[in-house]
Amino acid sequence: MSRTLAEKVWSDHIIHEGEGLPDLLYIDLHLIHEVTSPQAFDGLRAAGRPLRRPDLTVATEDHNIPTFDVDKPIADPVSRIQVETLRENCKEFGVTLFPLGNVEQGIVHVVGPQMGLTQPGMTIVCGDSHTSTHGAFGALAFGIGTSEVEHVMATQALPLKPFKTMAINVEGALPEGVTAKDIILAVIAQIGTSGGQGYVLEYRGSAIKALSMEGRMTVCNMSIEAGARAGMIAPDSTTFDYIKGKPHAPYGKDWESAVSYWETLNTDPDAQFDREITIDASALRPFVTWGTNPGQGLPLDQVVPDPKAVSDPVERAAIENALAYMDLRPGQPLKEITVDTVFLGSCTNGRIEDLRAAAQVIKNRKVADGVRLLVVPGSTRVRIEAEAEGLDQVFLDAGAEWRGAGCSMCLAMNPDKLSPGERSASTSNRNFEGRQGPGGRTHLVSPEVAAATAVRGTLSAPTDLAEV
Amino acid sequence: MDAFTVHTGTAAPLHRSNVDTDQIIPAEYLKRITRHGFEDALFASWRKDPDFVLNRPEYQGVSILVAGPDFGTGSSREHAVWALQDFGFRVVLCSRFADIFRGNSGKGGLLAAVIPQAAIEELWEIVEADPAILITVDLQERKVNAGEFTCNFEVDDYVRWRLLEGLDDIGITLEHSDVISEFEKRRPGFLPSLG
Ligand code: SF4
Repeated sequence: MSRTLAEKVWSDHIIHEGEGLPDLLYIDLHLIHEVTSPQAFDGLRAAGRPLRRPDLTVATEDHNIPTFDVDKPIADPVSRIQVETLRENCKEFGVTLFPLGNVEQGIVHVVGPQMGLTQPGMTIVCGDSHTSTHGAFGALAFGIGTSEVEHVMATQALPLKPFKTMAINVEGALPEGVTAKDIILAVIAQIGTSGGQGYVLEYRGSAIKALSMEGRMTVCNMSIEAGARAGMIAPDSTTFDYIKGKPHAPYGKDWESAVSYWETLNTDPDAQFDREITIDASALRPFVTWGTNPGQGLPLDQVVPDPKAVSDPVERAAIENALAYMDLRPGQPLKEITVDTVFLGSCTNGRIEDLRAAAQVIKNRKVADGVRLLVVPGSTRVRIEAEAEGLDQVFLDAGAEWRGAGCSMCLAMNPDKLSPGERSASTSNRNFEGRQGPGGRTHLVSPEVAAATAVRGTLSAPTDLAEV
Repeated sequence: MDAFTVHTGTAAPLHRSNVDTDQIIPAEYLKRITRHGFEDALFASWRKDPDFVLNRPEYQGVSILVAGPDFGTGSSREHAVWALQDFGFRVVLCSRFADIFRGNSGKGGLLAAVIPQAAIEELWEIVEADPAILITVDLQERKVNAGEFTCNFEVDDYVRWRLLEGLDDIGITLEHSDVISEFEKRRPGFLPSLG
């Protein structure tokens, strides 16, 4: 029978199936971090259960930690307790942890791929919704809640109902200056924040094939913003080349067996998806969000929408609320919106290629007066690599802040946040009310748009910049 | 987990679509390492507004939330469920829940029941006309009743069964320990491990 990529990976992991019951699925890799794990460890302790497979579990510190003074104890006592709790739990249950200061520390979704732990055909879970990132390798990867974290710790398995499948065909060549981030923002604007609900999205087509692994991760990362738990891309030579030689990549005979399995991981030509949409990559332009959910986005050369033009009352109210919160008026050109802060980082766009792309734009230019540009590598390794290439100096010369690795200003639970009323252009994935700090206003953008915006002080594409 | 069969209580209308988990509980409150004590965190920034529905005198003591479409989008934080429960909610009614939120609710004993948007709007009117009206949510019958109003709701069969029985999910899976071990023997040797 013909099957989609997602169905192949799913069926290879079924431990047990029963009439009217969810399938019991084996989990190949469990990633954990300080925020969603403490109550799960407590649950294990309370029930007297061991953690079944510490060797398939790996932990990092990312959400809560500061990105400066990382050699000093964490100043915020509540954050410090949470991080220390993770350290104690990992020690007690035998879990490998990459703490602050370790070269492997970083955002959980940057760390897995860079260590070669993320491989095609695996099932990967984490108590974090952006686990969908790992689907870029052809893994079935999705976020889970803390009860499920405890479940995986205790059993290395999860009872799950099969997902439906949706093909997102992105065909054609991306115009110059249009990126993976613009693809996914356009997809979300098209299908809506609930369009992917219940589905695994499979991104296909020539524009996806042409993306680097970093770009593919950016796309899969934001599958959750379209309501889907997972996004996947069939592995190919780009994938294999990326994995080869990574610390946990298979080698020798194992490499050969792995690749011959990985090569089977694609959707059969006559397999049926439950839903299919097509996007013309050549028509895409740099994209930006104007509202308070990731589906409220438009090409950067457009204007703020008018709620009066929308007939559905629920949607109209949503636009009105968003414009009030964002302090924008209908008809205002997006390019005239001024920002206070630009955040370059996160598990969406905090990888080396993202930093290179932004550095390319900002090189020999200066951050506009009154604008703060925060550059936060997604992992300590990314930071080291960037410094070896001199990217830190490019950013520092432009007047940016160069930080240690972590989630930073993607979410307001560490010292990096917006103050009330402050407006940012951010390469992260969520523009929810208060996401980057209570009262803060967020516009989601690509790294290139972030850099150009930092230079001009208003939402801008690199093509808006004067020659240097 | 306590079994859930029938719940009767008063309800609050939440006229908002796309209520993400950052609104239900802002990240600042996720630093806590306990599973309880999140009642102050629920809708923390909206609650600063004295007119916010949960601040109004007529909606004190509510245990049912009647929400606009796409409730619980965004982050996987189960703290969102805990905050709703700690505040006193037992049921959320909505026409469309985000997947992870709905899954998390089922684990912790909060009932996420799906009814059509038209029924949500009817309930909003009923509750606004009479905030003291008692609403009954019957999981056995999958029915919501409020005075004359009645409506069937959808809930996943497996989740319903676990809630009715008050069963521990992990316990159910552990009954399959043998097949899990057998599966482990068949896993290919090239898969990564930190051991
Ligand atoms: S960078 Fe942002 S989205 Fe990614 S894991 Fe951290 S907080 Fe979540």
